[in-house]
Amino acid sequence: MIAIIDYGVGNLFSLASSFAYIGKDARLTSDVDEIRRADRIILPGVGAFEDAAAKLRESGLADIVIEEARSGKPLLGICLGMQMLFEKSYEYGEHKGLSLIKGSVKPMKGYITEGLKIPQIGWNSLSFHGEKSKLFKYINEGDFVYFVHSFYGADCEDSLIASTEYGGRIAAAVASGNVYGTQFHPEKSGEVGLSILRAFCEI
Amino acid sequence: MVTKRIIPCLDVKNGRVVKGVNFKGLSDVSSPVELARYYSDNGADELVFYDITASFEGRALFTDILCEVARTIFIPLTVGGGINTLDDFDRVLKCGADKVSVNSGAIKNPDLIRDAARKYGDQCVVLSVDAKRVGGQFRVFAKGGREDTGIDAIEWIKNGVANGAGEIVLNSIDTDGVKKGFDLEMLSAVTSVVNVPVIASGGAGSKEDFVSLFKALPKVDAGLAASIFHFGEVEINDLKKTLKENNINVRI
Repeated sequence: MIAIIDYGVGNLFSLASSFAYIGKDARLTSDVDEIRRADRIILPGVGAFEDAAAKLRESGLADIVIEEARSGKPLLGICLGMQMLFEKSYEYGEHKGLSLIKGSVKPMKGYITEGLKIPQIGWNSLSFHGEKSKLFKYINEGDFVYFVHSFYGADCEDSLIASTEYGGRIAAAVASGNVYGTQFHPEKSGEVGLSILRAFCEI
Repeated sequence: MVTKRIIPCLDVKNGRVVKGVNFKGLSDVSSPVELARYYSDNGADELVFYDITASFEGRALFTDILCEVARTIFIPLTVGGGINTLDDFDRVLKCGADKVSVNSGAIKNPDLIRDAARKYGDQCVVLSVDAKRVGGQFRVFAKGGREDTGIDAIEWIKNGVANGAGEIVLNSIDTDGVKKGFDLEMLSAVTSVVNVPVIASGGAGSKEDFVSLFKALPKVDAGLAASIFHFGEVEINDLKKTLKENNINVRI
């Protein structure tokens, strides 16, 4: 069973639907026992970093996610969920992340080529880094995935497994041991995205 | 770089996809769920799902149809039609919509854009505008294109973006249904004043119309059409191949 952490942030309907579509038992949950029983954990998230991180902490689930990840359980953070895996975020201030992956979150404004639209909204292609990640078992370099974001993962060179180009190199996916993160939305990336979720279920 | 998007629009009435020439003489085409699945499997980058009757007959969206569409497709989904309040946003977002398109609802209550952007983020709020030339001006029309609001479309769009609209769908009533190409003049007037994605709508009759659109106006992010896709006059995968041959960046 896959636990999709439900901490009151964002719309989890599509994420739950995509696991159902690929025949996996995934549950939206904020129940500690259920999260501990799960084989895998998904950390979703949309919206503002500060608000989401606060909700995750206040619900007590941040510590559970950290414990489970450190015990070796596969964890996938999606979009803001990926960003929260880092040590800190500079999104409107400075906020502490879960510190499961080395790196930080910075605004695209000032980093990418001036004049490009922010947020990056749309389909962009993946370039792989290092040895091909298990997460990409069923997809190919150059495949397209769907992005919606205004901030990006910085200083995460060691864990970078895929990047995309948007007026500068943007971290598209990161991994450190059993902890994975995608800046893009696999649940909105058609067949390619479903293939990534399928691969995560086999890690 | 992020690709240009090709977006089929599913105008829905009583649970069926319809498309009228200049918004009149609606004809029944097919099931929204079947069409959505077909498009998702055949190259569509996104889907727009409109309840076109809601704005004037006050009909609520058929939420179960919407949920079924969202369970079937795994590409971004925009929902519009009868979106007048934050509760309407909530209702369709809970059914799996990623973005919510406001049109008449924003004309009736201009605060709707700002309130929704604050609650759900700019990327969630799409301002859809039906515009038509009246006396040398691009004018906003309401109620499915039947009522002249007297509002200047360019000013309306600029204000909408300032209030938090994260994307614009510009539908030219002048070119809609005519199938002789997008309204490049009207689109150009909009892309020159905003820096959020602009989706061109109204007038596509052939693959070449999309090539002309993206060649002439590189700042346009997406092309939207309905009947030419629904009737199979243009196949999306084939269209994208042609765009790629013309050096336009698309997802294939």
